[in-house]
Amino acid sequence: MDYKRLENLAMNDNGFIFDPNTGYSYTSNATGIYILKLLAAGLEKESIRAQLIAEYEVNEDNFNSDFEHFTLMLEALDLVSF
Amino acid sequence: MSITPKNPDLSQLNCTIAVTGLKTGDNPQPGVAVIRSIRAAGFKGKIVGLVYDSMESGIYVEDLTDEVYQMPYPSAGAEAFWARITYILSQVAIDVIIPTLDAEVILYIRLQEELKKAGIHTYLPSEECFLLRDKTRLATFFPPRGILVPDTILISDTAAIINSKDQFPMMIKGRYYEAYKANNVDEGLKYFYEIESRWGLPIILQKMIPGDEYNIVIVGDGDGGILGMVPQKKLVITDKGKGFGGVVVNNPGLGDFAAKVISLLKWRGPCELEVMRGFDGEYYLIEINPRFPAWVRLAEGSGQNQPAAVVLKALDLPLEQLPGCKTGTLFIRHAEDIIADISTMGEISAKSELRRR
Repeated sequence: MDYKRLENLAMNDNGFIFDPNTGYSYTSNATGIYILKLLAAGLEKESIRAQLIAEYEVNEDNFNSDFEHFTLMLEALDLVSF
Repeated sequence: MSITPKNPDLSQLNCTIAVTGLKTGDNPQPGVAVIRSIRAAGFKGKIVGLVYDSMESGIYVEDLTDEVYQMPYPSAGAEAFWARITYILSQVAIDVIIPTLDAEVILYIRLQEELKKAGIHTYLPSEECFLLRDKTRLATFFPPRGILVPDTILISDTAAIINSKDQFPMMIKGRYYEAYKANNVDEGLKYFYEIESRWGLPIILQKMIPGDEYNIVIVGDGDGGILGMVPQKKLVITDKGKGFGGVVVNNPGLGDFAAKVISLLKWRGPCELEVMRGFDGEYYLIEINPRFPAWVRLAEGSGQNQPAAVVLKALDLPLEQLPGCKTGTLFIRHAEDIIADISTMGEISAKSELRRR
């Protein structure tokens, strides 16, 4: 998966995301921002899963399902490519 | 040795600058934004507004202009224009004029030398260059040189619209102003007749490119280089297609595309590029407007004062490298009611001129 475009996103802790490349802006909840920042930092799914499970009350199955849904949404927004 | 980019400081410039196009409202002209940018550069000299209509709202804004003169419409021709300029010069010595309206720019280009002899400086492209960016020429000049332009045809009757029923939606445009998205033949015919009645023929039929539109304000140096460039994406668009809000973007591909357009044209002076980034990932040149756009205040607001740079270039004064613009700077257009005495309107209507100080 290519997360390069996420590196350029401007994200704040209120959940506001600005893509300086396209001018589009988005909003996300705190968990989404947390994952986006980890993806932008170059972490793989396994590392993110470990951090999320340590930080939040989530089991592996739920994480896998939600993560897949989230990354598909990022792909639909042209922010990542598979 | 590195050069520190710097915006022009006009605080020591003692001259008179004339600017056209002071109407704001639903279809705003760029003059008010240009004047505000020049003032933001510290300019304390005289600003003269050149207007076509006594209802141009900028006339009534306090602290914007020092004097206002009504001009004959460009369609009245060069003789009427020159007679009026001669009169205005008998009242006030103008050093620089920045024209901001599409239909008048050609007149200022053709009279550049005469204006210069009268002491009026401009910073404009050559006539040849100006004509190359005409909507009717874009699709022939640029594609062979590697710049994509949506398929375009010029029409003088409705046959092409009726015969294009499988190709909707498409854009129907006037030669100078107005562009509408027509979703079917009926809408196409409606827009054809509307535009024809206002702006005449030919009408331009252009293929729709699905994608994201970007606008870029640029000052070209006349040798193919760029003195300043600020790209924005419109965030608020009115039903007339006017951008009433936008944000500065930083897109290297878009910047390279714009730089190539300017290098091919060797554009001198201000202009606005309208560019579509198609969902196919390609950039398409939609239009080149031969003047600052009404949103040019965003350039100054994001850190790059292009109108002030044009003043220095017109006067052939040294211009340091302009700073870059701050990505993420936003503009939102805000309408405000101006309160004035009816005598102000009386003065500009009856005398075709107004002196504040």
